[in-house]
Amino acid sequence: MPAVEATTPTIRKTALNAVHRRMGAKMVEFNGWDMPVEYPSAGGIIAEHNAVRSGVGIFDVSHMGDIRLAGSDALAAVQHISMNDASRLAIGQAQYSALLYPQGSFVDDVIVHRLGEDDYLLVINAGTREKDFNWVRDNTRQFHCKVENLSDDFTQIAIQGPKGVNLLQKLTDADLSAVKFYWVTRGTVCGLKNILIARTGYTAEDGFEIYVPAEEATSAMVWNKVLEAGKELGVVPCGLGARNTLRLEGKLPLYGHEISDTINVWEAGLDRFCKMEKSEFIGRDALEKAKAGGLQRTLVGLEMVERGIARDGYKVLDESGREIGYVTSGSFAPFLKKNIALAYVPTQFSAVGSTVKVEIRGQGVRAQVVPTPFYKRPKKA
Amino acid sequence: MPYPTDFRYTKEHEWIKADGKNATIGITVYAQESLGDIVFVELPKVGSEITAGKTFGTVESVKAVSDLYAPASGTVTEINGELATAPEKINKDAHSAWMLKVTLKNPSELNSLLSAADYEKFIAEEGGH
Repeated sequence: MPAVEATTPTIRKTALNAVHRRMGAKMVEFNGWDMPVEYPSAGGIIAEHNAVRSGVGIFDVSHMGDIRLAGSDALAAVQHISMNDASRLAIGQAQYSALLYPQGSFVDDVIVHRLGEDDYLLVINAGTREKDFNWVRDNTRQFHCKVENLSDDFTQIAIQGPKGVNLLQKLTDADLSAVKFYWVTRGTVCGLKNILIARTGYTAEDGFEIYVPAEEATSAMVWNKVLEAGKELGVVPCGLGARNTLRLEGKLPLYGHEISDTINVWEAGLDRFCKMEKSEFIGRDALEKAKAGGLQRTLVGLEMVERGIARDGYKVLDESGREIGYVTSGSFAPFLKKNIALAYVPTQFSAVGSTVKVEIRGQGVRAQVVPTPFYKRPKKA
Repeated sequence: MPYPTDFRYTKEHEWIKADGKNATIGITVYAQESLGDIVFVELPKVGSEITAGKTFGTVESVKAVSDLYAPASGTVTEINGELATAPEKINKDAHSAWMLKVTLKNPSELNSLLSAADYEKFIAEEGGH
């Protein structure tokens, strides 16, 4: 029945889909993508998570999108649509930033990479690919700058953990010791020339993300070589489950949870990535007003004091049981071995040590505001 | 055959083993595999009543929250306290990491539950699509 088929959204697959299935990954739908949530053969989410904290794990993150802005006005265009100051980027440097609506809330968060003199690559979220591309295209029309959607061009593999550098160095001629965190380089990887290598990630660990051609055989070749080369380092394949718990321990925001079109930059606590002193950008005026008006609610870290796990969407209550906020992300934290959550609460409840309750199946379960990030990677000696 | 033939099973993946009126309840190997790493179990209090087909507690993995359904009606006489601090025991051996011991109201309720062979057929179909 073609009429029915036409209205059924097709689930998208990365070039590594068959590889994940062959490896026995448990697959789930995530933002319209058929993605591995965990690899039982690797020991599951907790084992994957802890491999990244202590060794190295690899992730297929090809569902992430990529937008390139190139041309004589590329910097001006990037400055106009993003909140961080891209003029501070040297060629080969990257920064965390966000695309904002005029009201100061989030279109998406992004990593802006400066690849060349007038050449920028924005890496964006899977669930917001089309929205982001349209937003960037529509809001940069006044600039001499070509906007390209390269989202389907790359297989993006994240190699994360303290031993990630040792693993990737075995497969590339690029000198990775010269690449600092949030810098990029190009090199031959697994015999493929001119591959983009970024020292970035979403795990609160050191690590790299490599961008290889999104061709199935090539992608599978690279994935398998990475696993092979990492064997002696104890590498494990990781799914979105571990990706989520790793980023939660590091308090890295997830679109649709900590940030969204109804949450502004100040509430999300992303002040240090928002450069009000740079030239005009979309959202700036509203943020200025919001700052003057004072903060009503803010994102805090919670640790459960009583037994229970706070989950996304659960209500936060005060001592008397009155609803005061909500949980944006919550889970058992595999490395910290605690039940943690991020939540929006009124500022008067945001001081470290404050006690609140989380409503779990009708019961108020006690939690405490704790310092964030919950986990910070140890500094190298 | 990992599914003991002296257990009965629900389509919600609980097992029950009865000896007269005394029964033991847990979740199946298939259930723990589907859930992944189990990190939290909430069980009813000793002395409380459970009702066939109704929820009696919750099991949570890192990713998911699942209700537990009573395979039969009865009164809780004992809970496995170990699971409060070591819920991963369910992942290690779901068929011995029991959750509840109950006194059954009506042991004949078990006749309507799945045998090991039927349960294996059921999960093969459920997991197959």
